[in-house]
Amino acid sequence: MTVNRHPPVTDFATDFDHTDPTWVNNPFPIWDELRATCPIAHSDRYGGTWLPVTHEHVSAIAYDTDNFTSRAVVVSEVRPGPLDLPAPIGVAPPITSDPPFHAMARRLLLPAFAPRKVDALEPFTRQLCNDLLDALEGKDIVDAAVEYAQHIPLRVIAKMLGFPTEDADYFRHVIHLILEEGITATEDDDERLVEGQALDAYFDNQIADHVANPRDDLTTFLLEAELDGNKLMHEHVRGTMLLILVAGIDTTWSAIGSALWHLAHNPEDLKRLAAEPDLMPFAIEEMLRAYAPVTMARLVAQDVEIGGCPMKEGDWVLLPFPAANRDPEFFDRADEVIIDREENRHAAFGLGIHRCLGSNLARMELRVAVEEWVKRFPNFELADPSAVTWAAGQVRGPRSIPVRLPG
Amino acid sequence: MRVHVDAEKCQGHNRCYSLAPELFDVDDLGNAVELNDGNVPEGLEHKARLAVANCPEYAITISE
Repeated sequence: MTVNRHPPVTDFATDFDHTDPTWVNNPFPIWDELRATCPIAHSDRYGGTWLPVTHEHVSAIAYDTDNFTSRAVVVSEVRPGPLDLPAPIGVAPPITSDPPFHAMARRLLLPAFAPRKVDALEPFTRQLCNDLLDALEGKDIVDAAVEYAQHIPLRVIAKMLGFPTEDADYFRHVIHLILEEGITATEDDDERLVEGQALDAYFDNQIADHVANPRDDLTTFLLEAELDGNKLMHEHVRGTMLLILVAGIDTTWSAIGSALWHLAHNPEDLKRLAAEPDLMPFAIEEMLRAYAPVTMARLVAQDVEIGGCPMKEGDWVLLPFPAANRDPEFFDRADEVIIDREENRHAAFGLGIHRCLGSNLARMELRVAVEEWVKRFPNFELADPSAVTWAAGQVRGPRSIPVRLPG
Repeated sequence: MRVHVDAEKCQGHNRCYSLAPELFDVDDLGNAVELNDGNVPEGLEHKARLAVANCPEYAITISE
C-alpha cells in the first residue's frame, strides 16, 4: 500500500490527485465527470499539474514534442535536478528522451522488441504460465494477481535482461518504490537516496558480470551496442535497464490482472471466451482499451495554451491514455467492455514517437497468460469483490484478486 | 482494393500485422510495410478494413 502523504481530494476539477483513494479505487467516474464539465483539469499539487481527459487533448499533447518534454514521465514532488542526465537523453532513455536523441536511442532498442523476437519468447512464457497454474491446482481460493499475474512479466523481463530470476522479489520492491512510494517522496528523502544507490550498485554488478561473461541477452546487447560509433555511456545502459524493469513489469502484470479480474466477475464473457478462442485477439485489445494500465506524464517545455488552458513551462501534465480510451466522443459505447469489438483504435500503448517499446512483448504475455488461465480454469469467479485492491499512481492494476477455482 | 501504410505516421503498434499478416509485414524495427504493392486479394477486403480501423496512428489508407 502506498503511504499517502496528501490530504483527501474534495474537487477533482481544481485539486485532483492521482494517488487519492477515490481515484485509485475507481477513476472512471472522475474522468467521465471531468469530460463533461472540465476536460482539462488543474491542480496545484506536485507544484502544478494539468489533467486532460479527452482523446483529442491527450493525443494532441502526446504528438507535441516541441511544447512538452518527456524528461520526466512520472509525476512526483521532485522535478528532474541538475544531477540527472540532461534533456534530450534523460534518466531512462528513450522514454525520458526528446528528439532528436530519442530516435537514436529508440532505434537501438526496437529490434530487441520486434514481433519476431517476441514470438521466440512465447514458448518460454507459455511454459511459465503452466508451471504457475500447476501450483494452483487443487486449491479452493487463490490470488490471481499475487500467485499468477505478477510472476509472468517479472520472470520474462529477468530472462530478457539476463538477471537471476531469484532476484524477482528485489525487482518488485524497486518498482513499488519508484511507481508508488516515489510519487509522494520529497527531495531530501534519505531512504529514496539509499535505495537509488543500491539499485545502481545492482546494475553495476550485472554489467560487470556481463562484461566478464557476455551472453545472448539484452544486457550484453546494450553493452555491445553503438551510437554514432561509440559504446553507450554507462549511465545510458543503467538508465535503459531501469526503464525495462520499471516499464516492463508492473504494466504487464497490471494488464493481466485487470483482464482476469474482469473475467472473474463477468461470467458471460468468460464463458464466451472459453467457447470461442478465435475471439481472443479482439478480447485482448478490448481489455487493453477498457483497463489500460498506463498513464504517462510530460513537463511543459515552454508556455503553451491547450484547450484554452495556459500551461506554464515546468508544469506537469498527466497523460491518462486510460481516460482517452473511455472517451465517448471517440469510442462507441466507451464505458462498456465488448469482447468482440472489431474497431478499436485504443491508445493503451500511447500515441506518437513514444509508443510503448515493449507493446509486442506485453501483448504476447497478456494473451498467453489469459489463454492458459481460461483453458485451465474456465469457471473461476471472484471470491470476495471487496478484497480486490488497486495500485496507486500512474500504473493501474489489481494487486490482489482473490478468486475461487471450481472444485 | 489497395492498402497503403504512411511510413511517417506508423509508430510500430503492429495492429495491422497481427490482424492481416496476408497484407502487411513488419521490418526489423517493427514498422509496418504493405505486401504485394498493397494489392488486396479478393476475400481479404474485410481484413484490410479491420487494419485501417485499428491503427491508433491513422497510418493506413485504402484506395478502391
